[in-house]
Amino acid sequence: MVRDARISIAGVSVYFPLYHGNSRSLKKTVVAAASGRLGQDKQSRVVVEALRDISFTLTSGDRLGLIGANGAGKTTLLRTLAGIYEPVMGRVRVQGSLSALLDTSLGMNIDCTGRENIMLRGLYNGLSRSDLPRLQEDVAEFAGLGDFIDLPLRTYSSGMMVRLGFAMATAIRPQILLMDEWFLAGDAEFMERAQKRLEDMVRGAEILVLSTHQTAVVQDWCTRVLWLDQGRIREDGAPETVLASYLGHPVRPKEAVQG
Amino acid sequence: MNHVMQSRLPPLERANVLDLKGDMSLAAGNRLAMRDLADGLRLWHLAWTLGWLDIRLRYRGSILGPFWLTLSTAVMVGSLGFLYSTLFHTDVHEYLPFLALSQVLWTFLNTLVMEACTCFTSAEGMIRAVRMPLSLHALRLLVRNVLVLAHNVVVIVGVDIIFSVWPGWHAILALPGFAIWGVDAVAVALLLGAFCARFRDIGPIVGSVMMIAFFLTPVIWQPEQLGPNAVLLPFNPFYALLEIVRAPLLGHTPSVDTWLAAMLYSVALCGVSWALFVRARGRVAFWI
Repeated sequence: MVRDARISIAGVSVYFPLYHGNSRSLKKTVVAAASGRLGQDKQSRVVVEALRDISFTLTSGDRLGLIGANGAGKTTLLRTLAGIYEPVMGRVRVQGSLSALLDTSLGMNIDCTGRENIMLRGLYNGLSRSDLPRLQEDVAEFAGLGDFIDLPLRTYSSGMMVRLGFAMATAIRPQILLMDEWFLAGDAEFMERAQKRLEDMVRGAEILVLSTHQTAVVQDWCTRVLWLDQGRIREDGAPETVLASYLGHPVRPKEAVQG
Repeated sequence: MNHVMQSRLPPLERANVLDLKGDMSLAAGNRLAMRDLADGLRLWHLAWTLGWLDIRLRYRGSILGPFWLTLSTAVMVGSLGFLYSTLFHTDVHEYLPFLALSQVLWTFLNTLVMEACTCFTSAEGMIRAVRMPLSLHALRLLVRNVLVLAHNVVVIVGVDIIFSVWPGWHAILALPGFAIWGVDAVAVALLLGAFCARFRDIGPIVGSVMMIAFFLTPVIWQPEQLGPNAVLLPFNPFYALLEIVRAPLLGHTPSVDTWLAAMLYSVALCGVSWALFVRARGRVAFWI
């Protein structure tokens, strides 16, 4: 049964407990600096309120860009959508198969070869052993790693890690793709191929959620933008509108035609 | 070109719906914990591969590979066997097969418990990168240690051949014991894994407890040496659990008391472990 991908988030808050170190004195010293984002939970532990009362819904075809300063909660929101962090309050409902590119290591084992990591990812996604060689071939081809595919990941450059991660996350087509900004480290030629592959995916009525600082990327790739500020939604709307108030000056509307 | 490439692979098929709520009821928490366990078991292929890669990576580039384990166990059992049989005034022909078996089984249990403490913290990168059932890490730990045990079994078999000892058909009775060990191993990994992720002091404490347990449990000394005090042994959980596997492999049948004690300890362990896992499962990602 194939259902349309859908994400609905209602009143979601995520708090990080601060356990290590003396929370009492830590509380005193950090309160001012963290501008009121430290609070206390029911058991009066000190927590960082990473996300506060976030609500939105995404349906097939949506390409959401997350913008905001460092520490605004973009990555936490992506991790919450991926089901890695479970909300303290509110409800996260994600329907559809999901793939997340959150940090460069991607949960890959840097001592394993590229091929072994692809195998692990395939097994995680429930592929049978007979499908694995095909997956390895596809990923290796798209990532363009050449002979490096049989070397441990610790020998890879950061660009190669990015290419491998991206190829792996998109080879088995997920209905929902979550991406943090690091993947933009790829070279120009790879970026072009990556964008083609993503557009392919999104054209099939899927969902993309992308966190980035680069406004050009948001304009190119996104149909909706969420501006996060200290864990709250500051503004939510069309890219041009939100970017204009985020940057403080109007942005040039991009050309409608691509490629 | 992309179209062609992608059409060769099936789309991601798990029609999964992820539904997470803050302030869950205990019943909802229990459901998610059960789903975690079921998902972990369904991914046994992955758990197996991860455990197997752990061993392979540990010994990548070494000539003997995992058989270093076999060699070091053999050397230790051999030297300790002759030393203690002199100290305890026992016949080495009787003592060495006992020690080989005890030592290998205890090493398995000890490593399992110690690694349970880092079950989740050592998988930090994975846990924070993708949503994965936590029970998968417990299964991976079990697989890894079973593989190590399999290498050490060579020592037991070798000693048995040299001293021409054969446990007989009693050995089959060790199988239910091993099954209980498997369940307990997952329970310990989930329990200590979560507990040690939250409280970092627990790891060293567990280390001390296991050290004391090693001396209090008849691993290098034999239960008969306690004399009349041996009736107290079933109160030691480690003894009961060790004995249900060791006795059959030595050619005895474990007493009913030992079996009952082992079952009781296992049920208690699984109960405590589950109660904690239901509460801690959603929080582990924040703790590591």
